[in-house]
Amino acid sequence: MAWLHTWVGLVTGWVLFFVFVMGTAGYFQQEITRWMQPERVVTPAPVETDRVILTERAMKRLAEVAPVAASWRITFPYRQPGDRAWQNFSIRWEEMPTEGHEYGASSNERLDPTTGAVLPPDPEPRETAGGNGLYRMHYTLHYLPYDWAIRIVGVATMLMLLAIVSGVITHKKIFKDFFTFRPGKGQRSWLDAHNVVSVMALPFFLMITYSGLVFFLFAYMPAGKDVIYGTDPETSEAYYDELYEGGEHKHAPIGRPTAPLAPMIAQAAKAWGREQIAALVVERQEGEAPEVVLEHVPVGLKLYDAATLRFNADTGARLPDEPNFSGAAGETQSVLLNLHEGAYADIWGRWVYFASGLLGCAMVGTGLVLWTVKRRRFHLNEDRWHQEHFGLRLVESLNVATIAGLPLAVAGFFWANRLLPIGMMDRAAWEYHSLFALWLGTLFYALGRPLRRAWVELLWASCVAFACVPLLNALTTLRGLPASLAEGDWVFAGFDLTMLGLAGTFAFMARKVQLRLRPAAAAMAPQPVLREAQA
Amino acid sequence: MSRGKSVSARYRWAVASRVAGAFLGGYALISAATVVLALVWPLPKAQAVLSATMLSFAFYTVFVIWAFHVRRLRWVWGVALGGTALLSAAAWLLGAGGAA
Repeated sequence: MAWLHTWVGLVTGWVLFFVFVMGTAGYFQQEITRWMQPERVVTPAPVETDRVILTERAMKRLAEVAPVAASWRITFPYRQPGDRAWQNFSIRWEEMPTEGHEYGASSNERLDPTTGAVLPPDPEPRETAGGNGLYRMHYTLHYLPYDWAIRIVGVATMLMLLAIVSGVITHKKIFKDFFTFRPGKGQRSWLDAHNVVSVMALPFFLMITYSGLVFFLFAYMPAGKDVIYGTDPETSEAYYDELYEGGEHKHAPIGRPTAPLAPMIAQAAKAWGREQIAALVVERQEGEAPEVVLEHVPVGLKLYDAATLRFNADTGARLPDEPNFSGAAGETQSVLLNLHEGAYADIWGRWVYFASGLLGCAMVGTGLVLWTVKRRRFHLNEDRWHQEHFGLRLVESLNVATIAGLPLAVAGFFWANRLLPIGMMDRAAWEYHSLFALWLGTLFYALGRPLRRAWVELLWASCVAFACVPLLNALTTLRGLPASLAEGDWVFAGFDLTMLGLAGTFAFMARKVQLRLRPAAAAMAPQPVLREAQA
Repeated sequence: MSRGKSVSARYRWAVASRVAGAFLGGYALISAATVVLALVWPLPKAQAVLSATMLSFAFYTVFVIWAFHVRRLRWVWGVALGGTALLSAAAWLLGAGGAA
């Protein structure tokens, strides 16, 4: 079983390190995007929040622009889950579907909450891959077809789940080991570090791997659905219909509800609180009366299936709640996905996620280093230390390029955001290219330099690269760290400070490695582990 | 644990066979088990499929770890192939054959 843990860990380690780095960044994807589009206008806190007045203004505009539609939707200004940005006050309507289509074309407009006037679109901010670009790479990778990427990540995730469970079984003394740290002892220190990090965030790792598999469950384990519902898109659609809609529905045209809306809003406000009403929807299933549906602000683990109140749009009578078609199974899935994404968490909760993600990077990183440190000892034992072992050298170079090089490439991604010309064609794509070109560069560097120097130099390079991000920001925008601190803009200040924190972490790591791998120290130290495989 | 030259070809083949039996044989076994579980779970059809599929990753984990723990390689392949055959037959009897 130890064997299983070792090899499964190595094979997937590099993919998992990438997934952890990008996924960890993903917990702050909105904040990162905000930083990457410094000129974007932020939706201000609304002056008018009274749902009755806002509904009146929105209805007026909807009746004007889409008197007959398949559905109307009014989104009220509310704070997005986790105390993020304000949601715009907006309307959306869906035209009646044309023959042979299930949905009609949708359009939307932003309205001014105080006057109800249609707002012109904001000036287009710079094109960027943004935080969402980093986040998406943790399951779609890049330069690869989507179907391949999710399967590569899926196999790595499954193997990580195996590595975790077999790791727990392998470490019989897991709790004793947790309190054991033997610094300065080469391989043993790496093992202790690997154990401490892994146990500390064990519940997080279990949750994140299992829920990650559940995201693409039918791509990974299609047997049940394929055998029971068939593989034909027509028949397999029935699965989703049964689970989420309880069978097929056809929309009938709607217009402005005849029943007064204020009592319905009052009823929802009484049940949830006035600020908790996120949206008002008017729709109609064929053969039924038109409905008004009030939606609760997405909150907690019910982010995608927020509570609703339904009313008959003609009479104003309250309608019974929709039955829960997906049952306990659907709720389990929804909770797993929400736990994975962490969008429900407030700012401190997201920092916990971020820290757990960094522990994930640390777990994979220490595990990868441990593999080579151990192997180095075997080779030394066999008296072959003077020959460079090609496989080992390759693994070590890949480790350097991944652990020290990938963060450098991420810093380069932020550099590219500030340095590429604003009006450049395919600017977002070039941000990605910058990241991967730099990353490839670090691999060549690691292959070309003596190993010890490659580690130290690339770690220092990462440190400098991150330290320069706030500097570049201050030079190219008006939102440098002093300015955002003075303004109390914690998205910008937090980003810049995090960059400095990462720079500090890499400086610490570089210093450590520099001291450990100092040739003189290696000559004196009892462990041959300390010496490079290369003479 | 492999230590350079001392590893025989026989050992390498045994390892390869165990890896294949655990990962591929296990995948076949758990696929069949997922179908059967979805068919016998007393829930609406779509919910049963969802529940069984969500659980399949846990079963797969257990099987692979068992396959690396058990001493005899023959057992790994026996359980994987025999189990797949048995469960497939059960799925067929339970009436999955006609649905697709």
